[in-house]
Amino acid sequence: MKNEQFNDRNISNDYFKVDIADYPTTDWGKFKCALDRTFKLELLVGLWVVLREMFKFNTHTVKYPEEKMPIGPRYRAVHEMKRLWESDTERCIGCGLCEKICISNCIRIDTKIDENSRKEVSEYSINLGRCIFCGYCAEVCPELAIVHGGEYENASDQREHFVMYEDMLTPLDKMKAGTQSEFEGFGAITPHEEERVKKTPLAY
Amino acid sequence: METAYLIETVIKIVVILLVFSALAGIGTYFERKVLAFMQRRLGPMNVGPYGMLQFGADAIKLFTKEDIIPTNVVSPIFKIAPVITVSTAFIAAAAIPFLPSFTLFGYEVHPIIADINIGILYILGVMGIGLYGPLLGGMASANKFSLLSAARSAVVFISYEVVAGLSILAPIMLVGSLSLIDFNNYQIENGWIILSQPVAFLMFWIAAFAETGRTPFHLIANDHEIIDGFGTEYSGMRWGLFYIGEYANMFFISFVISLLFLGGFGDGSVIGAFLFLGKVAFFFFCFLWARAAWPDVRPDQLMWLCWKVLMPIAVINIIITGVVIMEG
Ligand code: SF4
Ligand code: SF4
Repeated sequence: MKNEQFNDRNISNDYFKVDIADYPTTDWGKFKCALDRTFKLELLVGLWVVLREMFKFNTHTVKYPEEKMPIGPRYRAVHEMKRLWESDTERCIGCGLCEKICISNCIRIDTKIDENSRKEVSEYSINLGRCIFCGYCAEVCPELAIVHGGEYENASDQREHFVMYEDMLTPLDKMKAGTQSEFEGFGAITPHEEERVKKTPLAY
Repeated sequence: METAYLIETVIKIVVILLVFSALAGIGTYFERKVLAFMQRRLGPMNVGPYGMLQFGADAIKLFTKEDIIPTNVVSPIFKIAPVITVSTAFIAAAAIPFLPSFTLFGYEVHPIIADINIGILYILGVMGIGLYGPLLGGMASANKFSLLSAARSAVVFISYEVVAGLSILAPIMLVGSLSLIDFNNYQIENGWIILSQPVAFLMFWIAAFAETGRTPFHLIANDHEIIDGFGTEYSGMRWGLFYIGEYANMFFISFVISLLFLGGFGDGSVIGAFLFLGKVAFFFFCFLWARAAWPDVRPDQLMWLCWKVLMPIAVINIIITGVVIMEG
């Protein structure tokens, strides 16, 4: 299955109003309505429709564990930490905005100054038991470092199910193979952004 | 002779009990599959090939589940109610000939437990008692939804009973007997009763839907309005008994309709027997088919339908039949 059919927001123009008459209010009208329904055999239409569907055998069931629905790019599941394309280093600059904005207080971040006098993230964890997957952290992150991934099968045997920085971070070998997938959800750069960027008007 | 008859009857009872209890289970499988296909789903798929062992899994679950008797219920009535439903369904089956008589090891077997001369009256009466199950179970449950369902079962009872009774009166006048065997033999000579009494057939069929409590008259246990109605407080095998009773009833009423109106098993040949089972299967399928296609009516609509529409038509049908018999 492909994503395209789900991403197509263009609503077709073939919608039309069904011609439904008002309910009759007079006794004669009600009687006529009952007669109509009896002898026009409207009930058989319903029977025919379900029988037709049965013989067509055109099921739309997704056999879940074997088959999975494709997930839209804006789907908000367990978080991922991205690396920079250029240097393979971590994008996170330890600004702490995500911890600040998280409305359920489930991000915990700690930083220290490393041997090169640069700010380094020493602790970073998300309590998935409390996370409501609102997407604020991904939206606020200035570096597009913390983003939402597509991994939704995160059942756990306890409520306090944490995800640590190391687990979220794109592995280095994946980075080397150049297969880190860029986040396309909310807060990300939209496609064709370059065409829409205007130069800062400096004329005045 | 006496002993042989006794042994034969006991064996027949055991066979019918086993066959129809199992059929009730298999019936749930067919119901789920047919409904699923009609609604473009797959239905049970994971237990056994194509989910065919699903009813076995369900049975194990029902048998091993804890039998909960809630605190405030009237416990003797609460306990006996499911037994009423299931036992009346099977007791009613005593007067139904399931197949034409055949010879087994030189011994002639009549696949009917008791060919009593008031057959159809007996069947309808005993099946009617079956509604005491939901009625008593619902009233004893100390649950408002169960109570509503009990009231509704009374509504259903007073509605369909009159239509069922009056609609088969005309065929009974034609045949001149209440025994289902006589009905069958009458139709060998005079053609199927559905041809001479189509109106009675339709009305009895409608009443059968109300009798078994199936959609569009699924008021007693309407899941989206009153949870499971009388079954809300039941668990485990007691609930399972209600279920077996409901499905056994569906099978038995299918047998009765085929015998009354569609020629039954005909002259007793093998082809006739298979045709008979085919007709029964068709009526059972119709129960499922209607459930997939039609919405439920309200209790007052059911009463309106039965008392103001079907009953007058049934009475007129009887009068016309009487006049025609008198003339002929
Ligand atoms: S998705 Fe929302 S709740 Fe979850 S970590 Fe991000 S900001 Fe917090
Ligand atoms: S993940 Fe983003 S918002 Fe959070 S500390 Fe790192 S750079 Fe700042």
